[in-house]
Amino acid sequence: MIPLSEILTYEHDVIVVGAGGAGLRAAIECCKQGMNTGVVCKSLLGKAHTVMAEGGMAAAMGNVDARDNWKVHFRDTMRGGKFMNQWRMAELHAREAPDRVRELEEWGAVFDRTKEGLISQRNFGGHRYPRLAHVGDRTGLELIRTLQDYAIHQGMKVYMECTALDLLKDGDRITGLVGYFRETGRFVVFKANAVIFATGGAGKAWKITSNSWEYTGDGYGMAYTAGAELMDMEFTQFHPTGMVWPPSVRGILVTEGVRGDGGILLNNKGERFMFKYVPPKFAAETADTVEEGNRWLEGDKAARRPPELLTRDVVARAITAEVNAGRGSAHGGALLDIASRRPADVIRKKLPSMYHQFKELGELDITKEPMEVGPTLHYFMGGIRVDHDTQQSTVPGLFACGECSAGMHGANRLGGNSLSDLLVFGRLAGLGASEYSKSIGKKSVTDEKQVLSIIRSATDILNLDKGTNPYLVHEDLQNVMQRYVGIVRSADELQTAKNELERIKKDVALVKSDGASQYNAGWHKALDLRNLLISAEAVTKAAEMRTESRGGHTRIDFEGEREECAKYNIVVKKGEQGMEVRKVERREPPETLKKIAYAKIEDLEREGV
Amino acid sequence: MAKRQFKIWRGNKNGGEFANYQTEIEPGMVVLDAIHSIQAESAGDLAVRWNCKAGKCGSCSMEINGKPRLSCMTRMNSLPANETVTLQPLKTFPVIKDLVTDVSWNYRQKEKIQPLKPKPRDADGNYRMMQEDVDRIQEFRKCIECFLCQDVCHVLRDQDQANNFVGPRFMIYLASLEMHPLDTADRIPTIRKEFGSGLCNITRCCTEVCPEHINITDNGIIPLKERVVDRFYDPVMWVKRKFFGV
Repeated sequence: MIPLSEILTYEHDVIVVGAGGAGLRAAIECCKQGMNTGVVCKSLLGKAHTVMAEGGMAAAMGNVDARDNWKVHFRDTMRGGKFMNQWRMAELHAREAPDRVRELEEWGAVFDRTKEGLISQRNFGGHRYPRLAHVGDRTGLELIRTLQDYAIHQGMKVYMECTALDLLKDGDRITGLVGYFRETGRFVVFKANAVIFATGGAGKAWKITSNSWEYTGDGYGMAYTAGAELMDMEFTQFHPTGMVWPPSVRGILVTEGVRGDGGILLNNKGERFMFKYVPPKFAAETADTVEEGNRWLEGDKAARRPPELLTRDVVARAITAEVNAGRGSAHGGALLDIASRRPADVIRKKLPSMYHQFKELGELDITKEPMEVGPTLHYFMGGIRVDHDTQQSTVPGLFACGECSAGMHGANRLGGNSLSDLLVFGRLAGLGASEYSKSIGKKSVTDEKQVLSIIRSATDILNLDKGTNPYLVHEDLQNVMQRYVGIVRSADELQTAKNELERIKKDVALVKSDGASQYNAGWHKALDLRNLLISAEAVTKAAEMRTESRGGHTRIDFEGEREECAKYNIVVKKGEQGMEVRKVERREPPETLKKIAYAKIEDLEREGV
Repeated sequence: MAKRQFKIWRGNKNGGEFANYQTEIEPGMVVLDAIHSIQAESAGDLAVRWNCKAGKCGSCSMEINGKPRLSCMTRMNSLPANETVTLQPLKTFPVIKDLVTDVSWNYRQKEKIQPLKPKPRDADGNYRMMQEDVDRIQEFRKCIECFLCQDVCHVLRDQDQANNFVGPRFMIYLASLEMHPLDTADRIPTIRKEFGSGLCNITRCCTEVCPEHINITDNGIIPLKERVVDRFYDPVMWVKRKFFGV
C-alpha cells in the first residue's frame, strides 16, 4: 500500500461536495467570507442535475399578483409539506427567497419579464399565486449557468470529475475527505475544517426516475457512515408527470409548468379526473367545476385554481388510481393535454424544451396531441438532519444543503421550492461552515489509517478474481425499490423489500469490475452501490415505521393522516448492530408562525408583508 | 427488437482502435441507451460521459457516424438501419479514454472573459428590462455547453488556432454579455484581439450542429464582428480614437 505522503493532497478551509445550485451557492458564500474554498464535483462544472429543473424558483416577490407575500408562501409550503416541515426552515426560505432571486439577476440571470419589465412569475402546484421566477422551461439551466459563471471569478478551486468516497474524522469532528479523479483513477485527500454536502438525492435506487446517474445518495451514504443522522427518509416525491413512452425515456420529467400554463389531465375516457381527487383540506381553495377552472386560466382573480394544480403527492396518487382502475392511457399513464388549451406558438414559447423533448424523443407534437405521463421518482424531501440556521449536521464540521438535507419541505415539496431552497440554504450553509471553520482555527492531522482503509475498499473491487456484475446488482436494486417501495406501500411489501435488500447487500459486498481504474464506468457504478443501498434501506425502514399516509409517503394499510403521527419525525442513524430507526418528537412551533400557517388566506392577503 | 452492430473507438491518449459490439435495440432507444446496454453486457469499463439523458446538460457529445451529436438525443431509428453505427470521441479535443475527451480548454477560455458588470438597481431595488430587449440574449443563454460547435469549428478543428480564437461557444457567450441590458463593461477590444473574432469565416458549421438550434453565426458572431468593425475600422471612429482617445 502507498504511504500517505505519496497520495495527492489538497488543503482548504472548506470543501463543498457537489456543484449543483446548492453547492455553488454555498461555495460562493464561503469565498465571500474569505474562506479558502474547494469544490469537488462528480461531473464537469455546470452539468449537475440542477440543469434538469424546468419550471422555476418560488419567491413571493408579488410582481404578477401583488397580494403575494412571504407569509402566504410560508403557509403554502407548510400546507404542501403536510406540516412535517421544520418551521424555522420554511420561514427562512419564504423570507429570503426574493432576495436570492434578485441577487441571481444581478449576477446575470435573465428571467422572463412582465409587461412592466420586472421578473415574471408563473403559476405552479400548491402555490396560491403566480410565484415562480422562470426562463421558459429551462430555469435550472439559467440558475446553474449564472452561478457557474459568477463562481469562477470568486477564487474557489474546482475539482471536476472527482468523486468523494468517504469522510475523514478526528474523534467526533470532520477533518476532510478522500475521493478519486475519474479521469486518472487517482486517489486524492482533501483536508478541511468543514465539509458542506450538496450531493442531491438518491433517485437512482428506483427504476423509473427523473434523476441522472449522479443521484446515488452519496451524501446520505457518507454522512451516515460518519455517524450523522438522516431524517424524513420515508418522504420520497413521485412527480406526477414523467414521460411513459417510449420505454427508454420512461421517467424523464415533464414540467409542472405544463399544468401551470393551463394543461389538464384526462383519462382514457376523456374525463378530467382530478376533480374527483380534491382532498378536503384543499377543497375551499380549489375550483369545483370545469367552468371555474377555465375562468382561472383566463385570468379571473375571483376564480379558484383548477385541481390539476394540487400538490404533487395528490396528483401522483390520482394518476396511479386511474391507471389501476383501468382508465389509463395506452402505455399506462394519464393524458396531459395542453394542445387544446393554448395556441401552438404560445406552447412553443413557454414550453420550448418540452416541445423539443417530445418531438425528438417521443415523436409527438405537443401542440397537436396530448402527452402520456405517469409518476416518476423525482425528489427526496428527507436527508441529512441539520440545524435550521447553520445547516450543520449532527456531526461537527459536516454541513448539508439542498436536496441532500432534510427539514425544509416536510412530507411533500412544492414545485419551485427546490431552486429557491438551493439558494437560500446554500448561502446559509456557506455562512455556517465559514463561521465554524474560523472557530476551529488550525487544521488537524489526517489519520493515515482512515485514508488507507477507504482506498483499500475502493481498490478491492478491481482486484477481485471474480464477483458480481455491478450493472446487474444495480438493476436488481432498482427493481426491488420500484416494486416494493413505490408510490403506495404496505407492511408486507416493506418487509419483502427489507429481505431483498439484505440479499442485495451480500451481492454488493462481492461486486467486481474489470479493467483499470482510469475512467472505468463499471468501477464507478460499483462504488456508488454502497451509498444507494444505505439510502434504499433508510427509506424502507422509515417507511415501515410511519404507519400513516402523508405527503410523499402513502401506506395502503394505513390510509390518511393520523394526528399522533404528526408529532414526530423519523430519524435514521448508524448503530452497533446496523441501521437504527427512531421517532424524534417535534418541537412546538413559535406562536407567530403557527398563527400564519393556520390563518385564513384572506387575512394574510390583507396584512401584506 | 433487432440486433444492431456498433464500431466503438477504444483507447486513450497513447492511441487506440475500433472494437466491434452488438446489442438489442428496443423501440425509442437513443444511441446513449445502446452504449449503456453494451457497458452492462460486454464492455463494463467502456468510458462515456453523460448526465441528464434529456438533452439538457450537454455532457454526452461524441461523433456518431462521423457527425458531432449528443448521443442522448440521437434516436437509433434515425440512423440507417442496416449499417454499423460508428462512435468516436470529439476530434478537436484530446482523448482521455474511449468516448471521453478532455474539454478543459473550454473552461479556461471562459475564465479569460470579463464577467457581467451590472449597473446599479432602480431605487425600489429592482432591475427593469423589457422582454423584447432580453429575447436575443435568452437565445444565447439556451446554450448547454456541449461544445459540439467547438468540435466542428474549422478554426479550432483544422487550423489549430486554439490560441487565437475562443470558438463559437464563447463568441455567443461574449455576445450574451455585450448585449445584456444591465452590463456596463466593454469587451470589444478583447473580442477583436484576444478572442479572435476576425478568424471566423462564417461557414455556419457551428449553427448547423447546435442541438439547441441557436443561430450562433447570424445572431451572435456576425453582430460582434460588426461591433468590432464599427469600433476599429470605421474611419470616423478611427480619427476620434486617434485624437481624442475615445
